[in-house]
Amino acid sequence: MELFFALTIGLLTAVGTYLMLRLRSFPVILGLTFLSYAVNLFLFTAGRLKTAAAPIVGTTEAPSDPLPQALVLTAIVISFGMTAVMVMMALGSYLELGHDRTDAKTGTPEDQA
Amino acid sequence: MLNHWIIAPVLLPAVLAALSLFAGRNAAGRVLSLLGTFGLLAIAIHLLCTASGAEPQVYRLGDWPAPFGITLVLDRLSALMLLLTASLASLVLIQAIATGWDQRGQRFHALWLFQLMGLNGAFLTGDAFNLFVFFEVLLIASYGLMTHGGTGPRIRAGLQYIAINLVGSTLFLFALATIYAVTGTLNMADLAVKLPQLPQGDHALMRVAAILLMLVFAIKGALVPLHFWLPGTYAAAAGVVAALFAVMTKVGAYAALRFGTMVFPEGLSVTEGLIGPLLLPAGLITLGIGAIGILGARGLPQIAASATLMSMGTVFTAMSGFTPATTAATLYYVIHSTFAGAALFLIADLARARGAEVLASKAPLPGRLAALFMAAAIASAGLPPLSGFPAKLMVLQSQPSTLVWAVILLGTFLAILGLSRAGTALFWKPEGKAAKLPLREAFAPAALIAALIGLTILAGPITAWLAETAQSLHNPTPYIEAHDLPGGAQ
Repeated sequence: MELFFALTIGLLTAVGTYLMLRLRSFPVILGLTFLSYAVNLFLFTAGRLKTAAAPIVGTTEAPSDPLPQALVLTAIVISFGMTAVMVMMALGSYLELGHDRTDAKTGTPEDQA
Repeated sequence: MLNHWIIAPVLLPAVLAALSLFAGRNAAGRVLSLLGTFGLLAIAIHLLCTASGAEPQVYRLGDWPAPFGITLVLDRLSALMLLLTASLASLVLIQAIATGWDQRGQRFHALWLFQLMGLNGAFLTGDAFNLFVFFEVLLIASYGLMTHGGTGPRIRAGLQYIAINLVGSTLFLFALATIYAVTGTLNMADLAVKLPQLPQGDHALMRVAAILLMLVFAIKGALVPLHFWLPGTYAAAAGVVAALFAVMTKVGAYAALRFGTMVFPEGLSVTEGLIGPLLLPAGLITLGIGAIGILGARGLPQIAASATLMSMGTVFTAMSGFTPATTAATLYYVIHSTFAGAALFLIADLARARGAEVLASKAPLPGRLAALFMAAAIASAGLPPLSGFPAKLMVLQSQPSTLVWAVILLGTFLAILGLSRAGTALFWKPEGKAAKLPLREAFAPAALIAALIGLTILAGPITAWLAETAQSLHNPTPYIEAHDLPGGAQ
């Protein structure tokens, strides 16, 4: 299970990094989303991987650590909000500039000045 | 007995910001913002008086004992940063209202208050994950402020700014998860206790986490090679917003200083020779790039942004020594460069509003603005008689190395060249008479310069206070003991 989990995190990070380096804003947003998925899984492993272990003392013999689960929850909420802000900003930029490229070369006239 | 004033710098702007959402663009929004910002100033002064006479005080949220609950900690450094933020914000808010910047978009005042809440929280928190949360609060408000009242180019600059900060947040989470997996705690004081007892096998993981953490702080502090977001963002943002952001880069420096002195102090075997030796070259290169940027900039906002970059380079160079003397010098320079950088941004904004978008513009500018620019330029470059001079002197004295001296002095020389070139090009016009600069618009930049004069005149008592603060940072035992960690640690 550990190997599978690690490979998944690695794959998600690789996909996220690749997409983030694209020149259009939509793939960049997707890349950041993949990165946040990867880091959420990674946070989860900080409490060690266990199966059938509730994070409540007394219900199972060896309960799992509840703190990483709380951290993941916070991280999910924050990254969700951030993604929403970024989508709105990308949309605004697209409507204002008429394109969604993120490099300066194809930007506004004042970029070329 | 808990000192409930410690939570006030977070609570007050949070409540007022929520109210401000209903007020919107009318006068009520201004009243709430003024109330919040000046209220914060009063609270910060009170907290500074409390902190300078006593040991660090811990505020346990929900009264959960550390390290299980989240703690806010008031010590001399956090009180100093709170006061710096509040006084800068008060002056910049006056300018935002005087120039009408706050009316150019919706929700300026709510975002402003949320930004202050995030900044204050980041300075107060004693928990690494909570630091991440407050970073996000201040960032999400800064995204809104950054694009405030803007069109195409500003929104695109904002997009790049968000993207790079989201990468930073992801790195932050990776670092925190690694730290928690290795040590089982995220409380900063508890980390400081547990790291020296870390088994040898975990050292490599911890070093990775420490480097990741420093990378995040370097992104926030715009340290080479992670500085690319700063010049574009700050130059494209509205002047008043960029002036407030002058304290936001300092959050990165604050966090690096806090972790570098308490969690990863000199002499800790895990991170031996890791942080200081890496910060020094990065700081020097940042300084150099900022100085060259000042020389090559096309307009005043770009110059102000490069000056910010240069000051961050100086801050990290000064910090990298991690001795009480270098820390005191760093703190003095942080105070100075925050005010000087903000003054430059405000002046650049006034010039931009009068048609002087680039240095080559023909628009005549008022004489008062020229005088303000000259004072701000002297302060930024670090010439006497303003506080940039004692600040740089302290940095040089605390770091007696040929390389540091050469780079700082050469960088200062380039900055003087660039700033005098800008001043000559912008303000010396053979023809055209400019309308006078209204006093209400000149007030905030003049007050920032006055603060710098005060910082110079009172340099003696202030440096003595900062030296004591630096001592307490390098001896974190009272900070740790205030947490009452289980097991009677230390």
